[in-house]
Amino acid sequence: MNRVLRTSLVASACLAFVAGLAFVIREISATATPVDLPARLAENLGRSGVENPVTAVLLNFRSYDTLLEIGVLVIAGIAGISVARTSSLEDPELRTSDELLYALQRWLIPLMLLLAGYLLWAGSDRPGGAFQAGAVLAASGILMRLGGIPMDFLRPGLMLRLGLSLGFAVFLLVAVASALHGGEFLAYPPELAKTLIVVIETVLTLSIAMVLLALFVSAPVNDAEEPEEGGSG
Amino acid sequence: MTLWLMAGLLFTPLAWAVLTLLAGFRRGRTITWLGIVIQVLVSLALWAVVAGEGGFQYPLGGWQAPLGIELRVDGLAVTFVMLTALVAAASGLHAGFYLDPDKQWHRYFWPLFWFLWAGLNVVWLGNDLFNLYVGLELISLSAVGLVALGGQSEALRAALRYLMAALLGSLAYLLGVALFYGEFGSLSLSGIAFALSQDSAQDGAGFALVLMLFGLALKTALFPMHRWLPPAHGIARSPVSALLSALVVKGSFYIAARLWLELGAPLGSLALAQLLGLLGGMAVFWGGWQALRQPKLKQVVAYSSVAQIGYLFLLFPLTWNTTEVAALQAQQAMTLQVISHALAKAAMFLSAGNLIMSVGSNQVNALAGVSHFLPFSLFSFGLAGVSLMGLPPTGGFAAKWMFLQASLATSQWWWLVVLLGGGLLSAAYVFRVYRASFVEDSNIDHFFHPARRLEIIPMILALLSLGLGLMAEPVLSVMALAFANGEGT
Amino acid sequence: MTPSLLYAFAGAALCGIGLFGFILISHLLRKLLAFNLMGSGAFLVLVGLAQHRSGPDPVPQALVLTGIVVAIAATALAVVLIRRYYHLSGKTSLEGPAQDTPPDQARGARHE
Repeated sequence: MNRVLRTSLVASACLAFVAGLAFVIREISATATPVDLPARLAENLGRSGVENPVTAVLLNFRSYDTLLEIGVLVIAGIAGISVARTSSLEDPELRTSDELLYALQRWLIPLMLLLAGYLLWAGSDRPGGAFQAGAVLAASGILMRLGGIPMDFLRPGLMLRLGLSLGFAVFLLVAVASALHGGEFLAYPPELAKTLIVVIETVLTLSIAMVLLALFVSAPVNDAEEPEEGGSG
Repeated sequence: MTLWLMAGLLFTPLAWAVLTLLAGFRRGRTITWLGIVIQVLVSLALWAVVAGEGGFQYPLGGWQAPLGIELRVDGLAVTFVMLTALVAAASGLHAGFYLDPDKQWHRYFWPLFWFLWAGLNVVWLGNDLFNLYVGLELISLSAVGLVALGGQSEALRAALRYLMAALLGSLAYLLGVALFYGEFGSLSLSGIAFALSQDSAQDGAGFALVLMLFGLALKTALFPMHRWLPPAHGIARSPVSALLSALVVKGSFYIAARLWLELGAPLGSLALAQLLGLLGGMAVFWGGWQALRQPKLKQVVAYSSVAQIGYLFLLFPLTWNTTEVAALQAQQAMTLQVISHALAKAAMFLSAGNLIMSVGSNQVNALAGVSHFLPFSLFSFGLAGVSLMGLPPTGGFAAKWMFLQASLATSQWWWLVVLLGGGLLSAAYVFRVYRASFVEDSNIDHFFHPARRLEIIPMILALLSLGLGLMAEPVLSVMALAFANGEGT
Repeated sequence: MTPSLLYAFAGAALCGIGLFGFILISHLLRKLLAFNLMGSGAFLVLVGLAQHRSGPDPVPQALVLTGIVVAIAATALAVVLIRRYYHLSGKTSLEGPAQDTPPDQARGARHE
């Protein structure tokens, strides 16, 4: 009875929330915005270095957001590997030995790597970009891991940490270098904008794939642990 | 000059996060100390620039808002940047001695610490709603990572609870951002405030503001949404608890305060302002009462944070539709309360860590006899407590005095009950810890003595919190500085 | 009513469903799924509401991409924490007694 009451209370609260939200959306959609951002964006697109407006926003106009976003991803990676304290993240017990998987792998992995490369390149003038490519790359890494292909760089050593931070570090270096060059942070010189964006996208792809893969791999745990301060344990 | 200061402020924490990620614990510590020196110097210089010339807008990448992201560097922002530099430097130095270098997961403390610092600077300077969202997530995730660092199931449970609350809060905030963008076509906070001043008939945006304030209040642990805070702050390592209580909860509060001061007048309502104040008042009483009843020392300090956060929310009723003088007083009171609480609470958590390390137990009752052995740490704890109680001449007193004046000036006398009752409750829980530590019949005769440098850092913080009441004048004069062109407050 | 606006309304509905699940469900993984549902709802509102007047608007699309990465980072972190919590305490929810229950060694629970 209590449970039913609770459920119906929460349900009605959520319904009220949805109704309020929908009402507000309808209200807002009826008014015109005082600022026309898409138009301003279109005016400045030529100076951004890429033709795809989404990539231009991500890596030029609002590149600070993207820098921080990669930071958030690296934090998740760090927290993930800090929890996994196995000496090797490569655990033979976790491998599957599935004939079908092996056969599929031979077909899928080259294709997936190719697709990742295409997505990365397409990002400059069509939908695509670092994150999509990184996700595909990470997926092929997971497939390889399930199939038992050894990946030594996934040990929690210097290589893994380098891989985690590579994209972020390069992005940061470009930001600092642009300040040395032009006097503004994160402002790419127009003639180099395209090159810089492609370089950043490439290293970001690698790092994003690395973080996602490391998070997948670091989920198994062992028993090393730390007691609470002053606790009995 | 400003370019390099902004660069130092925004990018050293991020660069240092990468550097310390690549190094081990001991080398990471050395690198961190170097970074702390840079950060403190840069913060000081930026503070001096703003104190001398007034605030400014800083467009990143040379793209003006609303197309790009503009940072807002004004008096309030640099005051908080300075506070962060101070408290984070103290916690970082303390952590370098406090954490055990031989536990291999402690190396990850440094990168998370630097990411946390970076996120805080993003929030203090942010003027773009979505950029603030990313900053909030940077703070939340690194804070959760720090709480969970190497922990047992209790720590993980606290971290998960914290993470869930933080995620819900961020989503509510993000939904508000979505509605704001739909309505105004801009993400810049000053741009939205400007659009509102042109045309006040904006019905939908009020709901967005409520959503965002709800999310931020959840992240700030406002009563009754505070239940995630005590476990997380209580169970983390002491330097981490100090960072969380002193700075992390202030980040989300700061955004809420900024939103309210910019958009509260056209979009808020009397009921909303009074409700937030009322919840703050209830937090003061409930947090104080719970602090009095906690068996564990750090839980006492954590519940005291819940109470002290409550005072901050008096800002909302005291600035809604009041005279400019009273509103300014309330803002000054809020600033002083944030600073004095940050200093006092960091001092308290760090000295509580020393006391726990010394007696080998986290219970309040186990402190018996520690007054003979660790008078220095106990004294820091007490000094910080004096500031929390709001006795003169501490910063806590100055803050509460200004809240009192603002309440009287706006004839909202009911907040006096909160200000007086809260002080009495804080006195009660601080004295409870003291009484336990002066009990003579201790069976334990072996105390572990923490290194002297571990005791000095909380003492300095406590003294600063104590002295803030005397230095309030210069601090407040910088805080009130708006932009050089006279726009905004 | 344009199709974009329909997306925004669908987003509002998703937010409500997600919120319902987030509050009521105690199993941590399902709570996390509910959070992701809510997140998708917020992204739909962000894009749908902005695009219903003048067609595609790249700014909210970029914001949503950033938001998705942030949500993935948070989700992945939560999954890692949940797995370790389950491993150490044998519990899948935050409810129940606050005491540490010893990890279930008897089941050979090294990996699960």
